[in-house]
Amino acid sequence: MPVKRLTLRRVLWSCALLATVLLGIVALALRLGAVPFSFGDLGQNLWWFVSGQSEKVSTDFRLIMVDIRLPRILLGIVVGAALSVAGAGFQALLRNPLADPYVLGVSSGAALGAILALLAAPAVPLITPAAAFLGAAATIAAVYFLGRRQGQLDSSTLLLAGIVTASFLTAMIMFLMTSLASRDLRGISFWLMGDLSASLPRGLLWILITGFFAAAGAILTTASDLNVLLAGEREAMHLGVNVTRVKLVVYISASVLTGLAVSVSGAIGYVGLLVPHVMRMLFGSDYRLLIPTSALGGAIAIVLADTLARTLIAPTQLPVGAMTAMAGAPVFIYLLRRRLA
Amino acid sequence: MSGTESITEARPGPSAQRHSSHVRLNVEQASYAYSARKQAAPLFTLEATTFQAGEREFVAILGPNASGKSTLLRLIAGAIAPLSGRIELDGFETYHLDARTRAQRIALVQQESPLIFPILAGDFVLQGRHPHGRSLWFEKDEDFAIAEKALAQVGAEHLRDRWMHEISGGEKQRVVLARALAQQPLVLLLDEPTLHLDIRAQIDLLCRLRHLADEHRYTVIEVTHDLGLAAEFADQIVLLHRGKCLRVGTPAAVYQRELLEQVFEVPLGIEAGPAGRPRVIVQGRREEM
Repeated sequence: MPVKRLTLRRVLWSCALLATVLLGIVALALRLGAVPFSFGDLGQNLWWFVSGQSEKVSTDFRLIMVDIRLPRILLGIVVGAALSVAGAGFQALLRNPLADPYVLGVSSGAALGAILALLAAPAVPLITPAAAFLGAAATIAAVYFLGRRQGQLDSSTLLLAGIVTASFLTAMIMFLMTSLASRDLRGISFWLMGDLSASLPRGLLWILITGFFAAAGAILTTASDLNVLLAGEREAMHLGVNVTRVKLVVYISASVLTGLAVSVSGAIGYVGLLVPHVMRMLFGSDYRLLIPTSALGGAIAIVLADTLARTLIAPTQLPVGAMTAMAGAPVFIYLLRRRLA
Repeated sequence: MSGTESITEARPGPSAQRHSSHVRLNVEQASYAYSARKQAAPLFTLEATTFQAGEREFVAILGPNASGKSTLLRLIAGAIAPLSGRIELDGFETYHLDARTRAQRIALVQQESPLIFPILAGDFVLQGRHPHGRSLWFEKDEDFAIAEKALAQVGAEHLRDRWMHEISGGEKQRVVLARALAQQPLVLLLDEPTLHLDIRAQIDLLCRLRHLADEHRYTVIEVTHDLGLAAEFADQIVLLHRGKCLRVGTPAAVYQRELLEQVFEVPLGIEAGPAGRPRVIVQGRREEM
C-alpha cells in the first residue's frame, strides 16, 4: 500500500532514531566547552558516577559536568521539547503553519507575566511559571481575537496581529526592566532573547519535566482530532470531533508549555516554528507522529544551538535565542514566500 | 460510469421510488433565525419546514440565493439547533447527538475549504474513519478496507496516491464524497456538490449519488441551484423561497410553471419528460422589463 500507513511501530522507530541523534548531541555538548574532556574521560567518569563509585570522580569533572553542563543540557532538552510541541499545537489551533510562540508574541506575554510576578511577589513558590502561563494564555487569546476578520481567522491578519502584539509586549518589558533596574532580576537580553545559563534548583527542574509531560501528553491525546481539525473546524465537527473541547485542551496545554519554557529560559525564538516544520518534511504531517518527533527534535535543536552559542566565540557566550533566531528567521521567510507563491 | 441516457431509461419514475420502508429522517416544523446579536431583530429566518425522507430516497433542496437552503442543511446536520420544531434521525434529534455518534450517522459534503498542509487523497478519505476511532488511535486493516471501498464506489481508486491540491475539481469532489462514504453514514448531505463542476462531472456525480441511494440504501439530501438536474435525479423536492418552505413533493408536483417563475423570477417553460419527470426550459428575458 503506497499510502504510508501510520502504526505505533513507525512512531516508536522514528522516536528511537531521533533519541539516538539526541544522545549523540548530548555527548558532544558534554564534551565541548571551556574545559574540554575526551570522550574516554567522559565515559569513565560518568560510569564511576552512575555506578556509585563517585569518590573516584575528579573534582573538576564533578564541578563542570554534574553541576554545570548536565543541568544546562537537561534544561535545554525540556525547553526545546516544550517550545516545539507548543508550536505544533498553536499551528493546529490557529490553522496556520507559520504560528510559533515567539512570532505570535506568546513568549513575550509569558515573559512579561514572569517579570510582573517577580516584581510583585518574588517569594511565592512557583509564581513565575504560573504567571508566565497566564501571560501566554492572555496573549494568544488576544492575538486570536485581533486576528479575526468577519468571524474568520485570516492568516496574514493573524501574523500581523501577533507581530504587533509581540513588539508591544517587548516594549513593556523594556520599560519595566529599565525603570526597575535596581531590582534583582536577570537582564533584558535573558527575557527577550532567551538564555539557558541560569542555574535552577533541582526541584524546579523536576517540576518542569512533570509539567512538560502532563501538557504535551494532553496535546498528544488530541492528535488524531488535530489531523482532522486542520481540514477546517466545520469539517472536523462533522467528522465527529468535539471542536470546543479539543481547542480548549490545546490552547491551555500549549500556553502551559510556553509559560514553563519562558519562565526558566526567557523567550527563545523560532524553535516552535522551525522544528515542527522540519519534522513534517522528514516524517509527514500526521500529528500522532508530529508531536513526539517535534518534542525530540526540539530537544536536539536547542541543545545543539546552545552548544554552538557557548563555544562559537568562547569564552564569550551568546544567548541561545540569538542562535535560534539566526537559523529560524530565514526559514520563516522561506515558508512565507512559498505560501504567497 | 454510464451516461445519463441509460440511467434515465432504467430508472423508474419518482412515484415508484416513494416506497415502503420507514421514515429515516423526519424534519418537523423546524425553524431557525439568525441575528447579529441576542435580542436584535433576526436578519434571516427559516420558517417552519416539514418533510420526511426514507432510505433509498434522494431529496433536492431547491431555491434562489438566500432562501434558506444551507440553513436547512445545517439544521439537518445537527450543526445548529432549531428555534422550534424538531429534526429526527431514526427518532433521535440530530442536534442532541454527540459529535461522534452524529458523524457515524450523518456525513456532510461541504463546499470546499482550503487545506493548509498537503494531504494525499488516500489519507483524506481515511479521515472519514475518524468518528469510528478513539483518541490517539491507529487505523486498523478494516478502516483501510473501508476507505479503499469508498474510493472504489466513487471510481477514484487511481487517485489514492495523488495530492489533494493537484487533482481537478471533479476528482476532488469525488474524493470528498468518498470520505463521506467512509464514515458509513445513513444520511448523505451535500451542499451544492455540483458547483464548479463541468456538465459531464455534474452528471457523473449525480449518477453516483442516485446509485448510492438505490443500491446502498443511503438517504441523499442535496442543496442545489440546478432545476433541471434536480428534476432528473431527485425523488423529492423541497422548494424554499425567502425562508419559507413553499412546496414539498415529487418533481412533477413541485414543478408548476407559475410557482417556479414566482420563486426564481425568470420566465420558464416546463414540459413532461420521460418517466413522469418534468423538464425545465430556461427562456431568458426576451422582453426586458
